[in-house]
Amino acid sequence: MSAQQALVASVPRARPAARRGWLKEALTGWAFSAPFLLIFLAFLALPILASAILSFTDFSLGNLVDPFSAHFIGLGNYARLLHDPNFLQAALTTTIFVVFGTVLNLAVGLAAAVALNRGISRFRAVFRVGYYLPVVSSIVAIAVIWRFLFNTDFGLVNGLLHTFGIAGPDWLGNPTLAVGIIVALMVWRNFGNAMIIFLAGLQGIPNDLYEAARIDGANRWQEFRSITLPMLKPTTLLLTVVTTIGFLQVFEEPFVMTQGGPLNKTRPISMYVYQQGFNFFHQGYASAMAYTLFVVIAAVTLIQFRLLRSDT
Amino acid sequence: MWVYAVLLIGLVLLVGPFLWMVASSVKTSAELHHVPPTWIPQTFTLDNYTTIFTKLNFPQYFVNSVIVATIVVASNLLFCSMIGYALAKLRFRGKSAVFLIVLATIMVPQTVYLVPLFVLMSNLGFVNSYAGLILPFAAQAFGVFLMRQFIQGIPDELLEAARMDGAGEFTVFRRVVLPLLGAPLATLGILTFLGSWNNFLWPLIIATSDSMYTLPVAVATFSIGQNAIDYGMLMAGSVVLIAPVLLVFLLLQRFVQQGIATTGLKG
Repeated sequence: MSAQQALVASVPRARPAARRGWLKEALTGWAFSAPFLLIFLAFLALPILASAILSFTDFSLGNLVDPFSAHFIGLGNYARLLHDPNFLQAALTTTIFVVFGTVLNLAVGLAAAVALNRGISRFRAVFRVGYYLPVVSSIVAIAVIWRFLFNTDFGLVNGLLHTFGIAGPDWLGNPTLAVGIIVALMVWRNFGNAMIIFLAGLQGIPNDLYEAARIDGANRWQEFRSITLPMLKPTTLLLTVVTTIGFLQVFEEPFVMTQGGPLNKTRPISMYVYQQGFNFFHQGYASAMAYTLFVVIAAVTLIQFRLLRSDT
Repeated sequence: MWVYAVLLIGLVLLVGPFLWMVASSVKTSAELHHVPPTWIPQTFTLDNYTTIFTKLNFPQYFVNSVIVATIVVASNLLFCSMIGYALAKLRFRGKSAVFLIVLATIMVPQTVYLVPLFVLMSNLGFVNSYAGLILPFAAQAFGVFLMRQFIQGIPDELLEAARMDGAGEFTVFRRVVLPLLGAPLATLGILTFLGSWNNFLWPLIIATSDSMYTLPVAVATFSIGQNAIDYGMLMAGSVVLIAPVLLVFLLLQRFVQQGIATTGLKG
């Protein structure tokens, strides 16, 4: 008999009482978790797992009624991805959206945050709210508005150009211009988020640092380079992760603006997944594509967090 | 001084399209197609609104959006605060595993589970139904994270005092914990409302007939394809889609921006 058991045996009444309390607490814990977990497991966790299995099958429209009639085809779908020019184009488009979108989103967000934090004191609330409006608005509505603004024949943009005697281009009919407009739309809508998080980060920088720098005769730019930027590093990396994940999944902007055209040059992976899964009903193939996207997202996130840990 | 100038230009670029939307929604079709465009409507008309509400079934889409958002918000507030309480204050085996699994799914993109979710819904008979629109969003991981963080901050002594008085766990939760969660519940409620109201991809897939469209699906569907309707009606539809969230945001923006700044979530 160990010392602990001896101790327990010496107080026979305490133990059953404590055990009942433990069991009751555990049951209460599960009871409080159950409503969330039931819905969460059934409609989120299970589909996430099922998607992995589906990606190894030839699941298509005919299997919808009886999911178990689909066949396992191993890595067939994944092999097909590598030879699908449409997928490779979608991957390229997604990369362009993510790289340009993320860099611009952070740059504009940071610039706005710095300007609001130190440049001005009055009307700050007005700008904060105004700059944040697009973030809370529906992307669908905004994309519709933007499509109208960039309409070739009677859009506002070409209308303004017209008053200066310039014949405006066919913005959304030209692949390069269309990609540029979609990136601009993504940044226009989202940079307010980066701005708010940068503002919170800026407020965490102790003022003494700036005062010390000013005594040493540093100018605004030097202060920004040697105090603001280094102090904001954790915030910047967090935002890079969140923004990258968000833009890797971009869907609404190109779907409403161009439907992926012209020449499928603005079709990102998520839209191709949607089309393969719900227009062509190649659900197995769509799942393989979705999982590939997921693996990329996980890898990018992991790399970025590694950088975060080694740098701070 | 130049900072003001740059910020002001930025504000015009950001608010401008919204004003353009409102102005365009009250113009006649002829004026919309006029080159060069007019800033202020020459002839004010509400025809676009009348048309979308009488001929295009916008009342139905609006009601659908309201029903879905209301239930999604209510269920997240209740279920997330309950499991948040369990994870923060109760000891039970498997607790950390539950939290890890929930956290891990925050990173999983919606694209990954669209297909199996649709297969599941079609086997349950939930395609084109409120259940199909609501269930995948009724229990969201983000809320668990938020609630657990706040509830951990509540002192244990407070809970112990109530338990000493003979209160059961549910009473402790309802009488002691819930009343202290005002600000985080408001934050979660608003973020969930915005997410639900603006949600597009899943409703696009699961709402297969006009009667189940939510507002974003309706606006997107009417803006593309062969039967695209004109920009006047689209702008009116966009006003109907955006106005409620702008109202909520302008009234409660403190909670929204605080929630974003503290969690850093919401892509």
